[in-house]
Amino acid sequence: MSGYLSGLIGILGINIIFAYSIYVTAATGQLNLGGAGFQAIGAYSCAVLSEMFGLSIPFLLLLSTIIGATVGFLIAFPILRTRGVYMVLATFAFAEIVAGVILNSDSLGGPTGLVLSDYIETDVIIWSTIGVVVFCFYLMSTRIGLAMRAVHDDEAVADLLGVNRRAVQVGAFAIGGALAGLSGGLYALYFGFVEAQYFNAFLSIFVLLYVLIGGTQTAWGALIGASFFTLVPELLRMGDDWRFFIFGVIIVVMMIWRPEGMVTRQAIDRITLKLFPVVRRHG
Amino acid sequence: MADPILQISSVSKNFGGVVVLEDVSFVVEAGARHALIGPNGAGKTTMFNVISGVYQQNAGDVLFAGQNINDIPSRKRIALGMARSFQNIRLMPHLSVTENVMLGQHSQAGILDLLKPIMVMPRAHDKERAVELLDSFGLEAFQGRSVSELPYGVRKKIEVVRALMANPRLLLLDEPAAGLNVAETATLHDFLVEVAERGVTLLLVEHDMPFVNKLCETVTVMNFGRRIYDGPVSGLREDKNVLEAYLGADA
Ligand SMILES: Nc1ncnc2c1ncn2[C@@H]1O[C@H](COP(=O)(O)OP(=O)(O)O)[C@@H](O)[C@H]1O
Ligand SMILES: [Mg+2]
Repeated sequence: MSGYLSGLIGILGINIIFAYSIYVTAATGQLNLGGAGFQAIGAYSCAVLSEMFGLSIPFLLLLSTIIGATVGFLIAFPILRTRGVYMVLATFAFAEIVAGVILNSDSLGGPTGLVLSDYIETDVIIWSTIGVVVFCFYLMSTRIGLAMRAVHDDEAVADLLGVNRRAVQVGAFAIGGALAGLSGGLYALYFGFVEAQYFNAFLSIFVLLYVLIGGTQTAWGALIGASFFTLVPELLRMGDDWRFFIFGVIIVVMMIWRPEGMVTRQAIDRITLKLFPVVRRHG
Repeated sequence: MADPILQISSVSKNFGGVVVLEDVSFVVEAGARHALIGPNGAGKTTMFNVISGVYQQNAGDVLFAGQNINDIPSRKRIALGMARSFQNIRLMPHLSVTENVMLGQHSQAGILDLLKPIMVMPRAHDKERAVELLDSFGLEAFQGRSVSELPYGVRKKIEVVRALMANPRLLLLDEPAAGLNVAETATLHDFLVEVAERGVTLLLVEHDMPFVNKLCETVTVMNFGRRIYDGPVSGLREDKNVLEAYLGADA
């Protein structure tokens, strides 16, 4: 594999895992515009733990995931007191606070960032990505996934049907935090360097857009959205300015033609029916 | 004698200063088909919301099968054996018909059931039960369909089927016949008779009086948050209070 190609696969995998962290909450109807904050926590946890304790790679990734999950779980309680656009702002504020803390603390390197001496190869990212994708597809195919989608559609009725909406919402934030933490840990170990500037507001916006434009109705959305928006600008060899432009155009086009995202449940049904015409439709 | 399935005892509810339910009491016997009627704004939906725990009453008790359920949160009431439909159909718009119906079974799922990938298992028990129940009411054609593309009358029935998935002993239906045409109302009647024959007690809010006359034996009438009649449907016509409420004070 050429350096370029493996680098592309590396960032693709990280973005896909990151997108799933946002997808899990979006699937329950909650918009998280603080993705970068969660990812930064994973990345910096990994960097600090690696330098301070010299832990092994699997252990570092596990701890990034656990720390992300813990932060997601704890932050869910204040965030879930807000709704709609206020929730979006609350998550955004959370990411700003994380960035502010990092920039102002010398032990985290401040604006200069931290260098890691541990590193991983692309295959670790590939396997992690496969694991996360399989996990998310599995999750969404269980009764928990059904309950998540129900909470997305109508919290009050879900509650009356016996769904513990609080547990679903908090759980989604915890899982989202875990996946963002993992993606951050992978990022730190893959690039060997973390700096606060990378985990900025645009990153939070981009990853949320991957998910919203990909579609939140099925687990395919995050995969397709993250892949599309990682690969297309790369393939077209575009700089960041063009990335914004493309995003803008795509958002407008999507709002007009596919307001529910690129991949909808009906689209999946139609494709399944084409591929397996004999199978009786259940879902 | 066995406890009544539902006992409403001196229930009051106000929103801010507005009294919406005032000292309302009535009883629904197990196996009954009981109607709750009254003019718009009488407080019928609010009563359903109190029974299902959406609202907490300001005074009075709700007893389900003899058990006081005042302190049981809304989420846990369905597991006791009461399920409801809504005045404005509230199916989950992004779930298919089958998925909506499967959701009705949520209260009966144990931890292990939560972890099974039922949506992709070809012969998942939960899915088969949902499909069977749809089949048994002649709704099999709608299984995998998106609920938004279905006719109003079909959606109403699917909401009832979703409620039935919880194996309720008491089914609360808020204006099931509203918005249905004559043919649809007739099928709904047969459908509810079928439901009742399966041993489910019916409590329904309804405006369509011929429908109530045909389906129900007992009725509670409310007006301005108060109970003004409670008894057999046949007694409605001679009751002075009921006539006044429906025809105006001069009647
Ligand atoms: N959440 C609420 N807040 C304030 N007022 C309410 C609320 N719910 C119902 N009401 C009022 O209570 C009264 C009874 O409403 P409702 O129970 O829906 O009547 P019905 O179902 O008999 O037509 C109405 O005047 C309505 O405006
Ligand atoms: Mg009403």
